[in-house]
Amino acid sequence: MKRAVLIHPDDNVATVVQAVAAGETIRVSGAGDTRELAAAEAIPMGHKVALARLAAGDKITKYGETIGRATAAVASGACVHIHNMEGLRGRTGGVS
Amino acid sequence: MTTTFPGYRRPDGQVGVRNHILVIPTAICSSRTAEAIAEGLPAVVIPHEHGCHFDSRANENLERLLIRLGRSPNVAAALVVSLGCESASMERITAGIAESGKPVEGLRIQEVGGTIRTITRGREIVERFARDTAALKPEPCGAEELILAVECGGSDAFSGLSANPAVGAAVDLLIDDGGTVIFSETGEMVGAEHLLARRAVDEETRRRLLHIVGRAEGGFRNIEAHSGGVYIAVGNLAGGLTTIEEKSLGCIHKGGTRPLVEVIGYTDRPTRRGLVIMDSTGHDVASVIGKVAGGAQVVCFTTGRGTPTGCPIAPVIKVCSNSDTSRHMADNVDVDAGTILTGEESIAQVGRRIYEVVMAVAAGERTKTEILGHREFAVASRAPIPEGVGR
Repeated sequence: MKRAVLIHPDDNVATVVQAVAAGETIRVSGAGDTRELAAAEAIPMGHKVALARLAAGDKITKYGETIGRATAAVASGACVHIHNMEGLRGRTGGVS
Repeated sequence: MTTTFPGYRRPDGQVGVRNHILVIPTAICSSRTAEAIAEGLPAVVIPHEHGCHFDSRANENLERLLIRLGRSPNVAAALVVSLGCESASMERITAGIAESGKPVEGLRIQEVGGTIRTITRGREIVERFARDTAALKPEPCGAEELILAVECGGSDAFSGLSANPAVGAAVDLLIDDGGTVIFSETGEMVGAEHLLARRAVDEETRRRLLHIVGRAEGGFRNIEAHSGGVYIAVGNLAGGLTTIEEKSLGCIHKGGTRPLVEVIGYTDRPTRRGLVIMDSTGHDVASVIGKVAGGAQVVCFTTGRGTPTGCPIAPVIKVCSNSDTSRHMADNVDVDAGTILTGEESIAQVGRRIYEVVMAVAAGERTKTEILGHREFAVASRAPIPEGVGR
């Protein structure tokens, strides 16, 4: 089974340790928790998998901290990257 | 493990872990001659393309950097090679290095009379320095004499999970033993500065930290229109990092967990022991050089994508975030922290292993960068504003 690392209990994304194919089961462990999740699509090694369904505008949390927000709806088990999220810092309209 | 290392006590009291003879060109025009002087001799040279700017601040920055590199405790003696008509001043550079009490000499190509005569004179000086240096006796030194620089480059999404926290654990061990650690790359604190600010020992340190990070973020806003708001490198994106906040939150792990005792400027020397932040560019090589100019004798450099770069006068220990890259670029990686991802080792175990490597390297063990002759040198043209933004 493919693995993903959860860093903080508040996180809504985990980092996949190996490349994952669509439909594969991922064992997400870390921060005192283990759960299983089906990959909604292929996810490259080191990339983030959504642990729950996200709506556009939802904050993305990793390390227990905000790392950006969703720019589109994200399915549970989908890859979270520049196509569906953006950072908030260093931007004219951003927050700090 | 070794708790002491044989160090070279310099006249100014600093302790070196290496005995380099440094050949310093003042400008691009004397760089090739300086290289020829060092060729085949036990000397390192730092060729560069600066030294004759019309902007006097750029020349001052260069002079300050070259003086501080010459004063590095890892340098036993220095030779400054000048053309003669450049803006950077050989007198000021040699005088600045001489303040440390170590041997330093200067040569001007236009005075000596051409490349060949300067090479001959320069090689005589280096050979004399080498004989004198060989007679230096090391003395046993403890961790409190060490300044470790921590750096990351070619980060991937695992850097923040394995290599950076493991280096952070080593940083905590060194600080608990009385040592000092400099970490930098101000642009890579954007989004994580609130966590660092909480660790500041006083209000002034907290204020300075937030000031430099705010300035770095302003630099990002200036390039927003061209970057599309993406402030990390293409390789970072390919490695699974998406935003600067995410990268920063991983980066700061290499600073460990101890209190932040001081925030210093680029190339400045820490005045307190413990964890120190230096305001620097995110350009790996210029950032490493800044910390070494500030007195760091050893560098711990984390990577995920893999990077070969070293430093002319300090050993650079490469700690890799994942075992795939560690195997694939084995000639560049000193410590594989990928065992944390597979569960074979804990962060604390790898941290202990890294600390042991730091002490062994301080005692003379050569790093992969030293074995391969990686001596990359770069001048941050307008530190500390981040230019290379991502890595």
